Amino acid sequence: MPGKWQWFHKLGSPRWFYGIADRFNPLLLGSALLLLVAGIVWGLAFAPPDYLQGNSYRIIFIHVPTAFVAQSVYIMMAVAGAVTLIWRMKLADVFVRSVAPIGAAFTFLALFTGAVWGKPTWGAYWVWDARLTSMLILLFLYFGIIALGSAISDEKSSARAVAVLALVGVVNIPIIKYSVNWWNTLHQPATFKWTERPAMQMDMWLPLLLSVLGLYLFFTWLAFVRMQTEILHRERRTQWVRQLIQQRKG
Amino acid sequence: MVFDSLQAFIAMGGHGPFIWTCYAAFLIVMVGLVFWSFQQRRQVIAQSLRQQRIEQRKAASTPVSPSESELT
Amino acid sequence: MNSPVRTVTVQPVKVSLPAAMMAVLRRDLQVSFRQRQDLFNPLLFFVIVVTLFPLGVSPEVSFLQLAGAGVLWVSALLATLLSLDSLFRHDFDDGTLEQLVLQPQPLYMLVLAKVAAHWLVTGLPLILLSPLLGVMVHLDGNSIAILCLTLLVGTPVLSLVGAIGAALTLGLRSGGVLLSLLIIPLYIPVLIFGTGTVAAAADGGSVSGHMALMGAMLVLAVTLAPLAAAASLRISLSNT
Repeated sequence: MPGKWQWFHKLGSPRWFYGIADRFNPLLLGSALLLLVAGIVWGLAFAPPDYLQGNSYRIIFIHVPTAFVAQSVYIMMAVAGAVTLIWRMKLADVFVRSVAPIGAAFTFLALFTGAVWGKPTWGAYWVWDARLTSMLILLFLYFGIIALGSAISDEKSSARAVAVLALVGVVNIPIIKYSVNWWNTLHQPATFKWTERPAMQMDMWLPLLLSVLGLYLFFTWLAFVRMQTEILHRERRTQWVRQLIQQRKG
Repeated sequence: MVFDSLQAFIAMGGHGPFIWTCYAAFLIVMVGLVFWSFQQRRQVIAQSLRQQRIEQRKAASTPVSPSESELT
Repeated sequence: MNSPVRTVTVQPVKVSLPAAMMAVLRRDLQVSFRQRQDLFNPLLFFVIVVTLFPLGVSPEVSFLQLAGAGVLWVSALLATLLSLDSLFRHDFDDGTLEQLVLQPQPLYMLVLAKVAAHWLVTGLPLILLSPLLGVMVHLDGNSIAILCLTLLVGTPVLSLVGAIGAALTLGLRSGGVLLSLLIIPLYIPVLIFGTGTVAAAADGGSVSGHMALMGAMLVLAVTLAPLAAAASLRISLSNT
């Protein structure tokens, strides 16, 4: 095997990945919790109140990270889908299968926090704001992926079908975003353009950055944990998984 | 700390209920995800162990019985 | 050669791509015309759903004028969705689809032909019927013309994107509901631009920009959707 691509082929080996994940998991979880707690405590207690919204803006320290991670997880899934289709790499499908529920949960959180934040800001829990609507559609896309994945029993064709759907979805995301923005300007007078205020202050921006990074790390940790479970399930007939499980028991 | 007291921190200038609802939901969903993921892990391991035990029992009960091989 | 069994030598027949596409198109049209039920059900569904809105919300002329285009678009979308399940289903059940996949012609083009046939028997009748329903929801003449134009560009996109979903859910037990779940989010841009164009026309604005956007969506759908649908068909067939 040519040395240049060895890491790539190794990456396709579930066993190799399982070991790597085992090694990185404590580090990932530790740094994720550290950053998340630091970012959130800073944001809740030490960042200055917003001159327009007062304290309600403090929801941003979980709203933006969940929305951010939720969107990028879908793109990651599409990339993994392409890898599944082109190189038939098993691990890519394990990734898609494991992270789809996480992505859906984060999308839900972004929607929920956005809606609750909307009450003091816009005076209503739900406003057909362009971003909220796009997130809602993203949630539907996640549900589609999860539903299709669980509807097809054959592992191989399920993987490829989900990969195609993820790719179709990712092509559509820019179109959906654009159309929803366009629709929003058509229907909504610009009453809540508070997002277009001057750039964020440093002591609001830094805690936000910390919590975004923290949530990314948390996502990575949880994705690794769930991928390991998926690997244990799929490779349950192999010798190494049998030994591993026997060791865990003892 | 930008708040004078703990009460002020909890009240968040009147926005407390909204903020704390969000953070509670965040915590619940996160903990729920982690809990669910580890429960799945436990299930997979338990299932695999059960499978192994069944196979061991099978292997122990039918080592070289000729009737078995005739049947198949 | 006294053997009672006649030997038949099969000559490989070379069929050109346009001829193959025409054959698929003609066959699909014939099949649909023989099963009239499949042809009329989506149309009937379209009319009934449009009827529900004045009954369910309000028969006020002002409401209907405001919501009419949206109601017609949503109903057309749902009617298309309803008809999608049969796009590949019959061919899948009787094995024709497998033959289609094995043809030397690119599956992409054959899928395109099948989608064209689907549009001709569902999308086109919807468009022809929509002026009538437009009058019933008190749209003015100009709005009806624009509505038909948007449907003309939009319904092929619905058929094309829907073909992906139909191909993905082929052979699954809960295919119909799952298909809706997968496809409706992807239909949202078409719906937005379709109704937005009519609204812009009603406000007296120019619609050429909007129509250009819809045209761009159609071009994108024609190029990419058959690709995804063909890949999905191969996946679904390998599943069985």
